[in-house]
Amino acid sequence: MKKNNAVLLSTPYLIWMVLFTLIPLGVVVYYALTDPATGVFSLVNLRQLGMYLPVLWTSIVYSLVSALVCLILGYPVAYFIAHCGQTAQKFLYMLVMLPMCMSFLLRTLAWVGLLNDQGIINNLLVAFFDWLRSLGGVFAGIPEDFGRLTLIRTPGAVVLGMVYNYLPYMILPLYTTIVKIDHRLIEAAEDLGCNGVQTFRRVILPLSMPGILSGITMVFVPAVSTFYISQKMGSSNTVLIGDVIERQFKQGNNPNLGAALSIVLMILVFVCTGIMNRFGGDEEGSVMV
Amino acid sequence: MKKIISFVLAVCLVLGCCGVFASAKGEKVTLYVYNWGQYIAEGDDDSMDIIAAFEEAYPNIKVKYSTYDSNESMYAKLSNGGITVDVIIPSDYMVGRMRQEGMLLELNYDNIPNAQYIDESFRNTSYDPENKYSVPYTWGTVGIIYNTKYVDEADVTGWELLWNEKYADKILMFDNSRDAFGIAQYLLGYDINTTDEAELQACADKLAEQKGVVQQYVMDQIFDAMENEEAWIAPYYAGDYLTMVEENEDLAFYRPDHQGFNVFIDAMCIPSCCQEKEAAELFINFLCDPEISAANMDFIGYSVPASESKQYMDEDVVNDPVAYPDAEELRNASSFDYLPEDVSRYMESLFMSVRNG
Repeated sequence: MKKNNAVLLSTPYLIWMVLFTLIPLGVVVYYALTDPATGVFSLVNLRQLGMYLPVLWTSIVYSLVSALVCLILGYPVAYFIAHCGQTAQKFLYMLVMLPMCMSFLLRTLAWVGLLNDQGIINNLLVAFFDWLRSLGGVFAGIPEDFGRLTLIRTPGAVVLGMVYNYLPYMILPLYTTIVKIDHRLIEAAEDLGCNGVQTFRRVILPLSMPGILSGITMVFVPAVSTFYISQKMGSSNTVLIGDVIERQFKQGNNPNLGAALSIVLMILVFVCTGIMNRFGGDEEGSVMV
Repeated sequence: MKKIISFVLAVCLVLGCCGVFASAKGEKVTLYVYNWGQYIAEGDDDSMDIIAAFEEAYPNIKVKYSTYDSNESMYAKLSNGGITVDVIIPSDYMVGRMRQEGMLLELNYDNIPNAQYIDESFRNTSYDPENKYSVPYTWGTVGIIYNTKYVDEADVTGWELLWNEKYADKILMFDNSRDAFGIAQYLLGYDINTTDEAELQACADKLAEQKGVVQQYVMDQIFDAMENEEAWIAPYYAGDYLTMVEENEDLAFYRPDHQGFNVFIDAMCIPSCCQEKEAAELFINFLCDPEISAANMDFIGYSVPASESKQYMDEDVVNDPVAYPDAEELRNASSFDYLPEDVSRYMESLFMSVRNG
C-alpha cells in the first residue's frame, strides 16, 4: 500500500518530467539533426560546431574564474556565518538570500548603471576631482573630466557580474556543510597539537569539501550558460556560448544550429558535474545539482 | 483514494466553469498587435494614446500590444509558429519576403477606406506591387546620429565615421543583418540588393573589421545610450533621432548622400496566423485616419506617407528636413528589396559570424 501511494504521489511530477523535460529534449535533438532550410536529416549543424569552440572555451574560462572568485570570497563568509549564534545565523543566512528575491535582470542592469562611462561611480569620481580642483593650490592642475575609469565592457566587469549574481549559490552550500562539522573534531586536532593553519588544512578543509564542490558546480553551471551578463557588461568582443545560442534563435533564424549548440553545452555541463561528483565521490554526500 | 478523485473532479469543475465564463464573455474580441518598440504614441509626453483611442472607438475590441526590435526577430518569432498575431508592421523588404513565403493574408479594402489617403508615391511598390498585402504606416531614412559635443565635424564625412578609431568604444552599430550590411554596401559601393556571395562576404569582412571600435550592437537600447552620452556615434532611423534630440539637444543627424543611404517604408500587414482579420483591418483603418495618424507621427517622429495628415501635424515636424528630405538629397537613396530565401539565410549566417567571431 505504501509503495502504491509513492507511485501515485510521484505521478504528477513524472508526467511533468516527460512532458516538459524529455519531449522537449527530443525536439532539441531533432532540430539539431535537421537542415535549417529544408528540414531533412543532416549533420550540417554539427559540422559548424568547430567554429564555436573558441567561444565555448571563453565561456568555460570566464565561469571557472568566477567560480574560484566566488569560492575565495564565499568561504570566509560561510565560515563566519556558521560560527555565529543561532539568531545571527538565521539573520545572516537571510541576508545572503535577500538579493535573490530581486530580478536577476534588474540587478545586472543596476550594475550597468553603476559602471557606465557616464555612470554613478564615474560621475562621483569626476565630481570629487572637480571639487579638489576648486580648492586651488596644488590641486588646481587637475585636468577637466579627470578620474573617469573604464569599468564596464571589460573582462573584469563580466566576471564581476557573474560573481555578484551567483555568489549566494556558493555561500549557501558551503554554510550548510561547515555548520555540520563536528566541533569535537576540531578540538581533538587542537589537543593533538595542530596549530590553526594545520587544523584548517587537515580537518576543516577536507570536511567542507562536499560544500566546496557543490558550490563550484552551482556557480559554474549557470555562469557557463548565461547570456545576459556578457551582453550587458561585456564588450562587443566578449561573446559567450549563451549569447551565440540566444542569437541563433532570436535573430539568426537558425534554431537548428542553436539546438546543436545547446546540446554541446548540455554535454559540457554533464561532464563537469560528473567530474565534480567523482572528486567528491569518496566524501560523504556527493554533489547534487 | 476517494479524496484524491473528488479533489480532481472539483478542480475539473472549477476549470470548466472558467471556460464557460470565458466563452460567455467571448463577444469581446482580442486583437494582438505586434509592432516595433517605441513605434506608436502611447500617451506619454502629452501625446495621444492611440490604442486607448481605438478601444474607445471600438469598445468590443481589446488590444494586446507587444513589441519586437528588428524585422528579423519578428520574422523568427512568426516563422517558429505557435502564436497568434493579428497586425504586424514590418519594413518593405520583410513585407516582400513574408509575401513570397505565404505568411501574409490579403487585405479586404472594404474595411480600410482610409487607405485612400496614402500618397500615390507609396503605392504599387516593388515589395507589394498591387498593395494586396500591406498599407504603409510610415517611411523614413537611415543616417548617422552623432553627439556634437564629442565628435569633430571634420570627421563627419560619410559612413566611414562608423569605422573611425578615434571614437573607438563610443560607436554603436545596428543589431540586425540587413541594416548593418546596407551600411557596408554603401561604403564599399555595392548594390544594397546584391545577391553576389563574394560581395556579401566582402561586406561581412568590412563589418568584422569594425568590431574593434563598436561599443555595442543595439536596436532599441540606442535611445538610452545616445541620450546619456554613453555612446557618441550611431547609425539609426531619422524618426528616432527626432525623439532622441528632444532629450539631448547636442545630438545631430547626418545622411551621407554622396555614398547613398537607405529609404524605407514600414507597412501594416496581417500575418497568416491572424485570428481576427476584420478587427485587424479596422485597426489598420484607424491608424490611417488622417487625424489619428497625424497625432501618432507627431510623437514617433517618423515621416507620414499620407500628405492628407500633414495639415493636422505640428508645423515644425512637417518642415523638418530630417523627417522630409528634399528630392535633391534623396537622389542617391535606395530601398531594400526582397532577397531570395537562400541569400537572406546566407546574409544572416554571415552576420552571426561577425557578431560571434
